[in-house]
Amino acid sequence: MNTATQGFLARARRSTQFVVGITLVTLFVLVALFGPLVSPHSPTAQKMSLRLRPPSAEYPLGTDDFGRDVLSRILHGAMPSLQVSFFSVAGSLVVGVVLGLVAGYRGGWLDTLLMGIMDVLLAFPAVLLAIALLAVLGTALSNVILAIALVNLPTFARLTRASTLATRELLYVEAARALGVSPARIAFRHILPNIAAPLIVQTSLTIATAILIEASLSYLGLGIQPPHPSWGNILASTYGFVQTNPWPSLFAGVAISLAVLGFNLLGDGLRDTLDPTIR
Amino acid sequence: MLPSKCHHTACGAVVKYFSYRLLTALITLFGVSVFTFGLVRWIPGDPVLVMLGPDAFNADVEGIRRMYGLDRPWPVQYVEWLARVLTGDLGVSIRTQLPVWSSISQRLLVTVELTVLSVVLSLIISLPLAAVAAIHRGRVLDTALSALSLIGISMPGFWLAILLMLVFSLYLRWLPSIGYVPLHEDPLQNLRHLLLPSIGLALPLAATLMRFARSSLLEVFGQDYIRTARAKGLPFHAVVTKHALRNALIPIITVLGIQVGRLLGGAVIVEQIFALPGLGRFIFDGIATRDYPVIQGSVLVFTALFILVNLFVDWLYGIVDPRIRIAAR
Repeated sequence: MNTATQGFLARARRSTQFVVGITLVTLFVLVALFGPLVSPHSPTAQKMSLRLRPPSAEYPLGTDDFGRDVLSRILHGAMPSLQVSFFSVAGSLVVGVVLGLVAGYRGGWLDTLLMGIMDVLLAFPAVLLAIALLAVLGTALSNVILAIALVNLPTFARLTRASTLATRELLYVEAARALGVSPARIAFRHILPNIAAPLIVQTSLTIATAILIEASLSYLGLGIQPPHPSWGNILASTYGFVQTNPWPSLFAGVAISLAVLGFNLLGDGLRDTLDPTIR
Repeated sequence: MLPSKCHHTACGAVVKYFSYRLLTALITLFGVSVFTFGLVRWIPGDPVLVMLGPDAFNADVEGIRRMYGLDRPWPVQYVEWLARVLTGDLGVSIRTQLPVWSSISQRLLVTVELTVLSVVLSLIISLPLAAVAAIHRGRVLDTALSALSLIGISMPGFWLAILLMLVFSLYLRWLPSIGYVPLHEDPLQNLRHLLLPSIGLALPLAATLMRFARSSLLEVFGQDYIRTARAKGLPFHAVVTKHALRNALIPIITVLGIQVGRLLGGAVIVEQIFALPGLGRFIFDGIATRDYPVIQGSVLVFTALFILVNLFVDWLYGIVDPRIRIAAR
């Protein structure tokens, strides 16, 4: 372990936000991976005689309008939320960083064109763009990922471009240029590592946003399709019965909020520990 | 101090700056219209078949296609649509046969009212709390408020709206749960119907604003002129409200401008929950029925609204900070 990593870990341990954040995120990943193994009932088995029951020993979080166990549905529903948020943000991160580096380092007409396209994407209210895309593509899991990735793409492209512009004229980049290093190598090997800190922070915060967008889309019936559970569609399907039995809706909402809170805290904690100079 | 009569070159610079911003806004809007047009044509499902049902005769389908110009190539359809938009005609809804613009103008007010009310509420909530947190920096109150704002940005806004509805309309019965009364018919009833949806939209926004306002205020508190204001004997609250808050406003306004996009997106969902006849629901229904003119027209109006807000934000900078008025090139 090198000194930089040690320093990072030492600072991270002192940050309450980082510690609580990483704990919640780990918990979320563990539930997604192993939740289905420990789930007491089938997430889709219906018992119409046991509709909308409050929490009990048999059904710790109660049952929904089809008499399905809410705990089991939440345990099974974590995975789709995790997949959608991780893969969509990974997609927007990779594409956004490449576009941002190219636009920022090369500049000129390509910069104008790429950022113009990003401005068009940014001009759409986020959820609206995702709704329109899903109406076009259909609501398969991969399409939900694609739609959310496209919504978050401009954030990463703009952030990378701005950081690249600030780094481009620094002495070490100039030195690399003078030595005849190729532009692509300068961008990816010299500039990228030095602008990584804000990108890592943004990744964590954007995963939080992605979970919320997935929930909104599921609420509108455009996310993961029932009967397969996702946290968003559990919330959506139990909403109609919120007056009779508020529990399922309450627990699904708490699950989403805790996961989102985890990534927000992690992002804030990383901001303080990775680079004390950025805020 | 800024001279009351604008210096010639400074005025020219401002005009130049705004012409540039207006031009880029128009180009973006053009990009949005091309993108939406392409996307809408790409949606599987035929609006004519949706309208006539699966038992329609082929001849009828072809006839109606020709009537709406749907049989022509896309670029031709786009140019025709754009030419009509430029004269203020957004076309006719395929499903209801009503002019799209008149349907939008009826619904626009609901969404604008909802958005404005949410922005006002979020400012009322966030600014005082941010000031309190910044003043008590590092102490229990600050930590508690920061934790509260983090929870606020982590809750799905629509879930919050549902919880509010559950408590205030279904249990306490203080406020109506769904529906809408126009402002000009009964302002009080109008407010009662819009209060819960706007709180649902305002709380996450207030949480976001509070985080930015707090750090922005802390930065300002460290400045020399704040110490000077205190040193010359100004009471503390006057320093905070008159000096600090005003100077901390720029980043807050920037964030607010960007967040309006999220607000407008959130309106699509909140209007659905509370059955408000706004633009968000109009678009959603338009997408569900593949009503091309409705989707194109309302998405254009929606994004134009968002772009206008950000132009307005640019203009506000100049009001809040006279230095920007002069520095603008």
